Amino acid sequence: MSEISTSTDVTEQVPEVPCSGTGRVALSPQASELLVSLTGIHGPLMFHQSGGCCDGSAPMCYPDGDFKIGGSDVHLGDLSVEGLEKPIGFYMSASQYEYWKHTHLTVDVVKGRGSGFSVEAPEGVRFIIRSRLFTDEEMRELGDR
Amino acid sequence: MATYAAPGQPDSVVSFKPRYDHYIGGEYVAPAKGQYFENPTPITGRTFTEVARGTADDVEKALDAAEGAASAWGRTAVTERANVLTTMADRIEANLERIAVAESWENGKAVRETLAADIPLAIDHLRYFAGAIRAQEGHLSQIDEDTVAYHFHEPLGVVGQIIPWNFPILMAIWKLAPALAAGNAVVLKPAEQTPASIHVLLDVIGDLLPAGVLNVVNGFGVEAGKPLASSSRIRKIAFTGETTTGRLISQYASENLIPVTLELGGKSPNIFFDDVAAQQDAFYDKALEGFAMFALNQGEVCTCPSRALVQGGIYDEFVAQGVKRAEQVKMGNPLDTETMMGAQASNDQLEKILSYIDIGRQEGAKVLTGGERADLGGELSGGYYVQPTVFEGQNSMRIFQEEIFGPVLSVARFTDYADAMTQANDTLYGLGAGVWSRDTNTAYRAGRDIQAGRVWVNNYHAYPAHAAFGGYKQSGIGRENHKMMLDHYQQTKNILQSYSDNALGFF
Repeated sequence: MSEISTSTDVTEQVPEVPCSGTGRVALSPQASELLVSLTGIHGPLMFHQSGGCCDGSAPMCYPDGDFKIGGSDVHLGDLSVEGLEKPIGFYMSASQYEYWKHTHLTVDVVKGRGSGFSVEAPEGVRFIIRSRLFTDEEMRELGDR
Repeated sequence: MATYAAPGQPDSVVSFKPRYDHYIGGEYVAPAKGQYFENPTPITGRTFTEVARGTADDVEKALDAAEGAASAWGRTAVTERANVLTTMADRIEANLERIAVAESWENGKAVRETLAADIPLAIDHLRYFAGAIRAQEGHLSQIDEDTVAYHFHEPLGVVGQIIPWNFPILMAIWKLAPALAAGNAVVLKPAEQTPASIHVLLDVIGDLLPAGVLNVVNGFGVEAGKPLASSSRIRKIAFTGETTTGRLISQYASENLIPVTLELGGKSPNIFFDDVAAQQDAFYDKALEGFAMFALNQGEVCTCPSRALVQGGIYDEFVAQGVKRAEQVKMGNPLDTETMMGAQASNDQLEKILSYIDIGRQEGAKVLTGGERADLGGELSGGYYVQPTVFEGQNSMRIFQEEIFGPVLSVARFTDYADAMTQANDTLYGLGAGVWSRDTNTAYRAGRDIQAGRVWVNNYHAYPAHAAFGGYKQSGIGRENHKMMLDHYQQTKNILQSYSDNALGFF
């Protein structure tokens, strides 16, 4: 794999790829680019947002269907990536979502070495979540579901 | 007081090899695919060794070795297994500085902690389980005059263990000591962030175990952890990490119908009742230290007391003094024995912590101290350092609900006992908690009402081998430490024997 571009400064506002996601979750340009190359290696992908210890709070990226989504999960949206036919589903456990639902999530990528079984780790990079609070107007539009 | 020379320098107490292969069947074996990955120290960000990048083929080879060794190891006398464990402990003790410095260089934590906690606790753990296995007895029940039920403990066979990066050696020993004592053979995968220090340990103790009893396959989760966790050749999988991977491992385990133990972290409340400040004495000082315990191991502890709940009557003064205590946490070169807090374990960990500090500010939490990345200058500028940070806010904020796994404390106020319990239990997790009170009745009731597996009363962050550790709610399944842990690595064999010479008379 050629050099992977990553975000370097966490304090900067991370741009999003327009129309890459939904009102709740979207992709940074670097994450979008990485997903294309990872799909080339692993086939269609999915995300499940983790919580808890160590690499908790990191979005875990798996071959689609490897992680079994159940009744205790919420589907936050599908992420569209230019160059990929199928959008990438983004899920989170419903109980965790209750504490996260007032924030918009941007899937970004930084240099690093996450553990867990997320597929990007061997490439020397790690998906990471950037968050911002929804405005009151956005909350109304989303119907605060 | 001293600063240890960095590994690689001629006067260092430890030297890493330039490369580590897998440890399989008692010897070092190159990875099937021939690939290696670089291992940097979080202290400077520079690579100091490279490590085998394991794949399914390597895991299979390790399982072959473990299967070959399991039967004989499981049949050895418990005295013999206990002696192996105590000899391991003695060897580690004799090499304490070497292993402690290796662990600090590997993980970024202050050598003060590895010298005083990580490695001494690992030693004690081995000795505890050496004693526990010898003291363990089966049971028998007399069913009637001529019938007896015998219950024997038998090892499971080959087990898989996936180790986290926050205490690479101590967490490995937490899992290995009971598994080996109970007579199992192990295939262990260290975290990819901290793959090397266990090889320094193996250098010290590897020859004590029969070949194949302990096998270490390094590599990434998706490439080496997954084939291990999903293998139909293991009889149990043990994992410490986060919830999504915990669920995934449970899914694999359900496909193979094997037991799983999961330790998945928490968001532990540390509760200070008004009466703590009834006197300005030694106990009050101890409580302030308890408040600052979030900085232990840079906050990279599953039980980090990352939510301080302080009662209204003492809130302003106690929090002000607690913040002062946190500001006295000395950052610096982790190999300096005066340094109290070292580097975060990896760049992505650093980035994640900074992301949380950012969302904390956005949510309106007030930074009482810290809140920035720390640049320690010189060679350490490349390392991953964060200032001890204290936020003031509400329990509903994300920084109060998610495990940041960094030196970040979120502080909130409570009014009375009921409010304290409501806030303490308003979390997805239930691993640890702290209760501070001079009133034993209050402390006892709180200890019982908090939904967490470990409640420290008037202390925090103590990890003796014979106290059970594990989570309620989404913090996991099963326990670690304590002799009850032997059950997690044993089958129960029941022999139901009749001593009667006479037929039942049914047929």
